[in-house]
Amino acid sequence: MSSKIIGRPMDRVDGKLKVTGKAQYAAEYNPPGMAYAVIVQSTVPRGTVLRMQTSEAERAPGVLAVLTPRNTPKLPGADKFSAVPVLPRLTAMQDSEVLYNGQPIALVVADTFERATYAASRVRTTYVEKAASLKLEAGLERSEPALGNFGMPPPGHTRGDAAAALAAAPVRVEASYRTPTEHHNPMEPHASIAVWDDPEHLTLYDSNQGVFFMRQFLSLLFGLPPDNVRVISRYVGGGFGCKALPWPHQIMSIMAAKVVGRPVKLVLTRQQMFSLVGYRPQTLQKVELGASAQGKLTAIRHTGYSETSELDAFTEPFVNVSNMLYACPNVATSQRVVRLSASTPTFMRAPGEAPGTFAFESAMDELAHALKRDPLELRRLNHADKDPEHGKPWSSKSLLECYRWCAERFGWQRRSLQPRSMRDGDALIGWGMATATFPAFRMQASALARVMADGTAVVQCGAADLGTGAYTVFTQLAAETLGMSPEKVRMEMGDTVLPPGGLAGGSSTTATASPAIRSASNEVRRKLVQLAVADKESPLHGLAEKDIVVEDGRLSSSQDTARGETFAQLLTRQKLTHVEGKGDAAPDPAEQKFSSHAFGSHFVEVRVDEALGTVRVSRIVTAMGAGRILNPKTARSQIQGGVIFGLGMALTEETLRDPRLGRVMTADFAEYHVPVHADVPDIDVHFVEEHDPHVNPLGIKGIGEIGTTGIAAAVANAVFHATGKRVRELPITLDKLL
Amino acid sequence: MNPFQYEQSLEVDSSVDRVSRAPEATFLAGGTGLLDLMKLGVETPAVLVDVRRLPLAQIQELPDGGVRLGALARNSDVAQHPLVRERYPMLSQALLAGASGQIRNMATVGGNLMQRTRCAYFRDTATPCNKREPGSGCSALEGINRGHAVLGVSEACIATHPSDMCVPLAALGATVRVKGPQGERAIPFADFHLLPGNTPHRETALEHGALVLSVDVPALPAARHSLYLKARDRASYAFALASVAAVLELEGGRIRQARLALGGVGTRPWRASGAEQKLAGQAPSPEVFQAAAKAALEGASPRAHNGFKVELAQRLIVRALTRLGGRS
Ligand SMILES: Cc1cc2nc3c(=O)[nH]c(=O)nc-3n(C[C@H](O)[C@H](O)[C@H](O)COP(=O)(O)OP(=O)(O)OC[C@H]3O[C@@H](n4cnc5c(N)ncnc54)[C@H](O)[C@@H]3O)c2cc1C
Ligand code: SF4
Repeated sequence: MSSKIIGRPMDRVDGKLKVTGKAQYAAEYNPPGMAYAVIVQSTVPRGTVLRMQTSEAERAPGVLAVLTPRNTPKLPGADKFSAVPVLPRLTAMQDSEVLYNGQPIALVVADTFERATYAASRVRTTYVEKAASLKLEAGLERSEPALGNFGMPPPGHTRGDAAAALAAAPVRVEASYRTPTEHHNPMEPHASIAVWDDPEHLTLYDSNQGVFFMRQFLSLLFGLPPDNVRVISRYVGGGFGCKALPWPHQIMSIMAAKVVGRPVKLVLTRQQMFSLVGYRPQTLQKVELGASAQGKLTAIRHTGYSETSELDAFTEPFVNVSNMLYACPNVATSQRVVRLSASTPTFMRAPGEAPGTFAFESAMDELAHALKRDPLELRRLNHADKDPEHGKPWSSKSLLECYRWCAERFGWQRRSLQPRSMRDGDALIGWGMATATFPAFRMQASALARVMADGTAVVQCGAADLGTGAYTVFTQLAAETLGMSPEKVRMEMGDTVLPPGGLAGGSSTTATASPAIRSASNEVRRKLVQLAVADKESPLHGLAEKDIVVEDGRLSSSQDTARGETFAQLLTRQKLTHVEGKGDAAPDPAEQKFSSHAFGSHFVEVRVDEALGTVRVSRIVTAMGAGRILNPKTARSQIQGGVIFGLGMALTEETLRDPRLGRVMTADFAEYHVPVHADVPDIDVHFVEEHDPHVNPLGIKGIGEIGTTGIAAAVANAVFHATGKRVRELPITLDKLL
Repeated sequence: MNPFQYEQSLEVDSSVDRVSRAPEATFLAGGTGLLDLMKLGVETPAVLVDVRRLPLAQIQELPDGGVRLGALARNSDVAQHPLVRERYPMLSQALLAGASGQIRNMATVGGNLMQRTRCAYFRDTATPCNKREPGSGCSALEGINRGHAVLGVSEACIATHPSDMCVPLAALGATVRVKGPQGERAIPFADFHLLPGNTPHRETALEHGALVLSVDVPALPAARHSLYLKARDRASYAFALASVAAVLELEGGRIRQARLALGGVGTRPWRASGAEQKLAGQAPSPEVFQAAAKAALEGASPRAHNGFKVELAQRLIVRALTRLGGRS
């Protein structure tokens, strides 16, 4: 495919809609008669609801209903739902058990949001309290082996004999690392508006990462045929994983709408987003590395624990990066989970890879230090030329080129080996680097493309754009394939009336939907060509299909481009309202012959105030080998956003629960520190060009998550280089460096 | 939020009258603190008397060379005012180190003075807190207390006073002019904020219904060389883990006078008079600065997570004094 539109740094097609407030987000619909619901949450970490006094709330002005475990309708499909492996047994007031502090225990519905909020504050609850498990360290003895999330294999891997190799290794490092609970905090809070069109048909306006995925769960839970449920999520203000699975609020808004017989809107508050929609679980990790005197890895052991809830066995699969990142004959990795009286964790941008690369890439830096070798050189020395875990070739890999580009751009060769050897006034300066990695996935998708008689096109695919630029790259792809200008193409996404488009998870949106969009668009293009050459009145009549060029909404002869006609002329003459094509795409078993990952590297400079311990990141150079880049502008934003996400992980973000109440005490942006502009330096992003014919037909790998991997280690390694202090617990706040 | 009545007030006397006669009434200024707390259910006033139309927004020079900051002057306007920048650079710096541009555009001098602690337990009505609910207990003592105070604490409360603006005002020894039901009076800054003791719910010397009219900053020529330093968890938009406002006046190679106050570590804006005395008359040197820093944190009483503040505050003091000492 010659690329005139694909690969162009096109502005976001939805940018203007968003900045002018015209892009309609889930909470911005106003179906007639809409009522408002507010969730009441538990205030104890473990126990049973003994009594709820709801009379005052019920009598409050405007109140339509107060739902509690006593009068909440039972969910018809609850059993089927909890039978799905590793899915939260959702706490939607189906019983009186309290399993964590902040659990939904009642729902107040009123005619305005303020009235519902007020009435919710009038619900009084008494509990029979039970002993709660609140501390990860205290639960290690009763930990359980980690399961795989969603039918994925459990994290962990064994090859060779790591124990023996460690014992025999001339150089060894062993260290324990810890990452805290972290919350996604997308800008847009979770929001649902439930509308029962009739007793058997439901419409849900919702902010989520995949409308079909959501529909599947909701139809299961409410015992409805999937076709009776419509889920609409056209614009999403960030998800990062916490909008992938259903959470109590969707279910509660739907139940409430049924009870009050009106559409019901339920929007979470920022505070509630810390207890109702998942988080990255805290991890305790141990990494042991053995190496030859020259620095060749001979053994890797990576083990540890992550927290989960009593409701679900979600695992943060952090050891898996250690299985595949470097060539090493002896590897043993495994994980366990500890159930706590806490809400349920979930996928968060680079689940597993983000905390895993922090520990593992910190340990690699520790090994380099022990060997007195340059950390970059150590990584080059241990480069994995094929996938060491599965023994397969990589479908493509440009890691060495990423290293080379970053090192040159950054000026790495000027780095002194010795920590604490660079300074500028009060600041100690440190340079650190780490490898980034994320697997390339794709799922099934379908698409529909339609060229209209007015010369415009509509392309549909029920995928999600979380704010990443998916609308834009799909528009580019469709426009180029159809032979049209992108201004004439309208992309429609985020609605179950559209063809199914996968889930925005695992950085797979583009890889999943693109082949379907391309094949739908190709079909339309082919049909247009066929129509033209068969039409006696067309200037192209009688030409061979292969001699037709399609460009800018016009068909013409490749011999004489003046000879031709526009799509609009053709369709109008043919009295057709439109010409349509459909496309389906699914992973091809042939792709399984290869291992497909994106790889990259981050090089980071920090300035640490020696007396005060404050860390400022002053430079970041990042290179990515991440397959075909459809739009360098939106792609760059994805990597920069991922890096900033990782900076928060490295330096500022930490969710703290009260040690006795298990209640999240950092539930707002004054306590939970995400990076602000002043924390973020220029982030110099480079994409190494990759042509990967194996990963999928379009050579696309994901770019949504890889930016977040490796960055925390690169920062921690730079802090070590600056100060000589190794911080093994995130975030690296000033008190750890005083 | 609780239902409440909103009234706009146009004159000082009637505002004071209105609020003092209604125990459930309170003043609304910029609203950046109060409305947040109302949404959280921590403050539940039945009547809000909006004082923003009162003629109290001026920033004026006083006859003695001091500056009067009207209670309704915006934090941004105070920070940018030439008189403030010239005479009290540390005050301008402190204001600019606080909150964000948008909040400073709303927040007022009076509201900043009266702002309540950021203790997360205080802000969460589901947890015990003596300040919010006298006698219910202090969750922070054995809870999460990394951000809490080490100076002026009691067994009833260890919450910090979060203001940046108040730290230089404490160092300067400002006066708070107030009007209460009994008329107008002036309260020395040191007496304005109360230590928690056994009554952490009582935070200031103001009686119910008293309105702050202005903060009068005295003339202090030495304060033209002053500095505010703030250590926090991110580069901007975070409350102080520790902060220091410092004035150092040198004469003939000796310290003629020093002013020092701390933020982020005390239950109220913390004037470090002991440290000031240690500095007076000395020739500036790292040892002298260290000794002063040590004196400033004397009696510090940290809990499980905030021990680092003792060291951090001392280092911040030394940094500030060193910067000022090198200048004169
Ligand atoms: C996100 C965020 C971050 C912040 N960060 C910082 C920071 O880093 N540093 C910092 O110092 N501050 C910070 N603040 C606090 C901010 O400075 C205060 O909210 C603000 O100064 C309050 O002023 P206001 O005019 O909005 O007061 P209001 O909210 O209107 O009132 C606050 C209180 O003062 C009383 N009051 C107001 N005026 C008078 C008066 N004239 N007489 C008597 N009583 C009065 C009110 O009744 C109320 O009880 C932050 C606030 C927010 C929301
Ligand atoms: S420190 Fe003070 S404000 Fe915080 S919980 Fe204790 S009593 Fe309440």
